[in-house]
Amino acid sequence: MSRQLSTRKIVNVAGLALIVALSLLALSPLVSVLYYVIVHGWRALSFDFFTKLPLPVGETGGGIGHAILGSVILVVMASIISVPIGLGMGVLLSEYRHLRISRLLGSVVDLLASIPSIVIGLFAYAIVVKPFHGFSAHAGAIALSIVMIPIVARTTEEMLKLVSQTVREAGLALGLPRYRMILRIVIRGSLGPILVGVILAVARIAGETAPLLFTAFSSQQWFQGLSQPIASIPVQIYNYAVSPYDDWHEKAWGGALILILMVLGLNLSIRLFLARKNQKRSRS
Amino acid sequence: MSEPRQNHSQTHSENRGDRVFRLVLYVFAGIAFALVLGILVFLWNLGWPAIHQLGLRNLFSMEWNPPLHAFGILPFIFGTVVSSFWALVIATPISVSAAILLSDLAPRKFGQVFGFLVEMLAAIPSVVYGLWGLFVVIPWLRTDVQPFLRNHFGFLPFFQGQIYGVSIMAASIILAIMITPTITAICREVFNAVPQVLREGVLAMGSTRFEMIRIAVLKSSKSGILGGMVLGLARALGETMAVTMVIGNTADLSWSLFAPHQTMASAIASEVAEANGLHLSALGVVGLVLLLISGAVFFVMRSILVKKPKGAKR
Repeated sequence: MSRQLSTRKIVNVAGLALIVALSLLALSPLVSVLYYVIVHGWRALSFDFFTKLPLPVGETGGGIGHAILGSVILVVMASIISVPIGLGMGVLLSEYRHLRISRLLGSVVDLLASIPSIVIGLFAYAIVVKPFHGFSAHAGAIALSIVMIPIVARTTEEMLKLVSQTVREAGLALGLPRYRMILRIVIRGSLGPILVGVILAVARIAGETAPLLFTAFSSQQWFQGLSQPIASIPVQIYNYAVSPYDDWHEKAWGGALILILMVLGLNLSIRLFLARKNQKRSRS
Repeated sequence: MSEPRQNHSQTHSENRGDRVFRLVLYVFAGIAFALVLGILVFLWNLGWPAIHQLGLRNLFSMEWNPPLHAFGILPFIFGTVVSSFWALVIATPISVSAAILLSDLAPRKFGQVFGFLVEMLAAIPSVVYGLWGLFVVIPWLRTDVQPFLRNHFGFLPFFQGQIYGVSIMAASIILAIMITPTITAICREVFNAVPQVLREGVLAMGSTRFEMIRIAVLKSSKSGILGGMVLGLARALGETMAVTMVIGNTADLSWSLFAPHQTMASAIASEVAEANGLHLSALGVVGLVLLLISGAVFFVMRSILVKKPKGAKR
């Protein structure tokens, strides 16, 4: 090193300080987003906000109860479609990982996960909205489920891989056929973790807006049937945010607060659950 | 990652139940293949009228003006590329720093909390970032940041022109925030994979902490950092809602960061619901191009991150 020790020391301190400063900068948006969502959103929340329909422009009051209900319906429908499919893929990925088709499926699942969700919305538009001439809850649920399938598949795979190899061997050694061993021992033993994975996937798709914009569309009414457009919290936030009315902006913040509480709450509780589990495992 | 330790000899002793079970699982695998193929086919189908009637020459032109039947999609590709580029420029140093903090500097407890908070950045829904961008970031850019940049750095082509607030700058900043957790996660894995001996060796040669990070950690992680950037790029390309809400949704070709733009994703998001006929079909082409670009990025990423670090999340 030709440089003086003192300059090297200065560079060292400056460099480390820069790293720490940039790292803290990374967190500043989180603080700001949470601050604004809580402060603004809090004002919008009321009993009516959860239970009432929106009122026409100019009248204050009303709520987004229909969007909350709509989101629940869409997420449940998407889960009904995607959980069994994702589960099947996860089993193939984990339990048959020595097969070539399993490795190929892994790549395809990752590819599916990498497709932008707006493109998936366009696909659902092409296969459901266009042929049936109208936005519908069906179309929204299908779009959401395609976003959800790869997430469920990968998390199921991860969870099943946690089952120790000796347990599988013990099952086989007792003379169980492979499929019964998988169903009775591996899957049944991981029902809890699999459920955790599904909840994580739900937390991911509950905030998805892009696939719903022109599939489920939006609505100012309570649930009208699955072949009708349906409101959802994210789309409602979007519509209110880009509107010119202050009252609607406030409602958008309120919707964002609900969404954030739900998503962060689910993430946080699952994280704690997994941490506790890991702790137990490392202790035993 | 455990390679197939077990060597099930199922080809020899597979009974009927096992075979049925395996075939049922193949059906699920078939669904995945069918979905990817179906998305490609149906987007092609949606875009075909535009490709057929307008020709690629018109589609890959500069002007997008649906009422005049001008459907040139280049401005959208330009917007996507430029916004993603600036997002990477902003996010990469921040993410690499955060990853170093996690792998080399932070005490364990602090690191856990910090890592958790960075991951929470990824959990916030896109539409909430959009809302925040619209009412917090944009007013800040309009009244403080952009006038400052124009006054002091106005000689650069990036900081010229009318200030609206909604701009590609707002989109890039929000994209950068959204891809930071992705790049950080990959870099952290890569840095953790650098052998401890290497660090100790460099330190033993009398280097300072920072020199050790530069020489032992960063130099040996170049391809991993690149992989993280490509993964971040993949996310930025397809990001829709937050961008749609802050970018201004005007097809523009200006290099200025103050100008409103339109990306491929935001064009689809803001126009499909009211489009029909050739307009809808042209948006189908936009979707198809976006799909192909993100697919290409996916395969580039695969080839970089062949030894994909364990637990790397998207």
